[in-house]
Amino acid sequence: MMDLGILSIFTEPSFYLGALRLMVPITLAAIGEIITERSGVVNIGLEGIIMLGALSSVYVGYFTGNLYLALSAGILAGIAVGILHAVISIYLAGDQVVVGVGLNLFAYGIGVITLYLTWGTFANSPIIPKGAQIPKLYGFSPFVPFTIAVGIAAWYIIERTSVGLRLKAVGENPRAADSAGINVFRVRFLATVTGSVLASLGGVFLGLDWLASYTRDISAGRGFIALAMVVFSRWNPIIAVLSGFLFGFLFAVSLSIPSGIVPDQVIWSIPYVATVIVAAGFVAKARAPAALGKPYKRE
Amino acid sequence: MKYWKQIADSFLSLIAGFFVGGIIIWLAGFDPILFYQGLLIGAFGNLYYLMTTLSYAAPLMLTGLSFAIAARASLFNVGAEGQSYLGALAAVSIGAFLAMPNLAHQLLIIIVAFILGGLLGGLAGWLKVSRGVNEVVSTIMLNYLSLYLSNYLFTYQFYDPMRAYKTKDIEATAVLPFVMPGTDLSFSLFLALLVSFLVYVLLWKTPFGYEIRAVGLNPTAASYGGINVRRSMIMSMFISGGVAALAGAFEVMGRFHCMDTELTYIKGYGFDGIAVALIGRNHPIAIIPASILFAMLKTGVQAVQRYTSVGGRTGVPLELGLAVQGVIIVFVALPSIIDMIRRRMR
Repeated sequence: MMDLGILSIFTEPSFYLGALRLMVPITLAAIGEIITERSGVVNIGLEGIIMLGALSSVYVGYFTGNLYLALSAGILAGIAVGILHAVISIYLAGDQVVVGVGLNLFAYGIGVITLYLTWGTFANSPIIPKGAQIPKLYGFSPFVPFTIAVGIAAWYIIERTSVGLRLKAVGENPRAADSAGINVFRVRFLATVTGSVLASLGGVFLGLDWLASYTRDISAGRGFIALAMVVFSRWNPIIAVLSGFLFGFLFAVSLSIPSGIVPDQVIWSIPYVATVIVAAGFVAKARAPAALGKPYKRE
Repeated sequence: MKYWKQIADSFLSLIAGFFVGGIIIWLAGFDPILFYQGLLIGAFGNLYYLMTTLSYAAPLMLTGLSFAIAARASLFNVGAEGQSYLGALAAVSIGAFLAMPNLAHQLLIIIVAFILGGLLGGLAGWLKVSRGVNEVVSTIMLNYLSLYLSNYLFTYQFYDPMRAYKTKDIEATAVLPFVMPGTDLSFSLFLALLVSFLVYVLLWKTPFGYEIRAVGLNPTAASYGGINVRRSMIMSMFISGGVAALAGAFEVMGRFHCMDTELTYIKGYGFDGIAVALIGRNHPIAIIPASILFAMLKTGVQAVQRYTSVGGRTGVPLELGLAVQGVIIVFVALPSIIDMIRRRMR
């Protein structure tokens, strides 16, 4: 029997299951951001939304022990932040990037304050009761098939329905869409809230399934990796699912290489370095929606 | 006239931010009035507090300037955090492991720190113009890279065998002296003020600065006007990264004289700098008072934490300050709300 050494991790099925689970938060956030960006709005606050989705679901799950209440809390957080971002960036024509940066700082601060005031710690919450955790289906997280289904559904809606046509029209040429009778503000509003809910579901997955608790750095840059994924998926939700698996794989590698062989710091930096390299290799060919990031004002 | 409107906008954002921040403080179970009172006393209450506040203003000024330089070319450098780590890396490696005469030692650290941070920023700039990689994404990813790189080198190469959680102390020749012994205020404040002035001159009194600002206002027009847009963008990211690195280097040389292996001593200055620059409207001179304001928030919250500590239980979490900052930034993004408030008040 040949000794595979470090490579033996790649022969274990649990490694690939891990990779599939790790794809969930970044992929959900990326699909959401694709919907948002297709309408012409960029949401840099994904990182913060993931944190708030995780925080609110863990908080409610911890105290009620009820999975459905916890899930609803996470989704409500996504809706609330989505509305906030949408109102500021669409109706009030605020600077979208600045709002997103503010949201990220705010979410981080609120996360730590809640940890401290609720559980008296700055690091992580206790594990939530079993009843509030996402149950496994045949040892498998239901979030994995859900994520893939969301990707396919989003692709279908964007590319094959009239709703998608309106979404793209608003993102490419809002003035023309407006004169064709499309309510630019409403389409952008709905796209932003939908994107925010999907990102917060990524956080819900981290809080109720993956970690079953809240930690101060729960998002660990996933929101920003998702932003990069949007671009090199060329705003296509199906490619986002595939590249999500690639990143799940990279995260799984960085988690399963035993320490001592290479310095831990090298392993930890794998997903982030890979993001830059993949982005640099693929982005040049992609084209963003023409009106991305520009507030629309009626004349 | 134009300036007055911007100053008024910043003040309104701050007031709105502190007001909503007060609601958060209240929801968290603390008295907002007492909190803000403690904040002011803790930041300016006596000479020692004032000096501490000014000592924090120096790194915030530099990371704020860093953000502003890139922002003038309409680039969003969210990488001051990682760039400042490289500055600390330069200060520790050169300061503790090279023997050099005074002044030359400090000067070498400053130059190397600037170049290291500049290369990291410039890399993001190059990725933007030649590969189309969004600079927000690349700079955040590079933050992780430089965090783990510095963490690795501090843990395995530069650590102090007597106290392994820290690096070795830098030589006396590499230290920026304290302005007032017994406080944390070092000459880094004067250097930061000098950098503010230099950035002002660079942006408004040189052709190069003119090009950066032209690119930021309208890249297409700048390009037609014969400006090399790609070069201006990369250079503005290089300078932006270099100035951010100075923040990390000066904290090592002026305050700590070493660094903890996890870099917690300087974590957060990069992100705080965004708020500083936005409140200072990306103007190098306006960033000076803005940095003092956010330094006040920092020392003030620490003081409030001490006041509210009872027994073994620590008081108000420091992150309350971060949440308030986040709210302020969201309000900065809201020109039309500010205009609305102004119309109401008229």
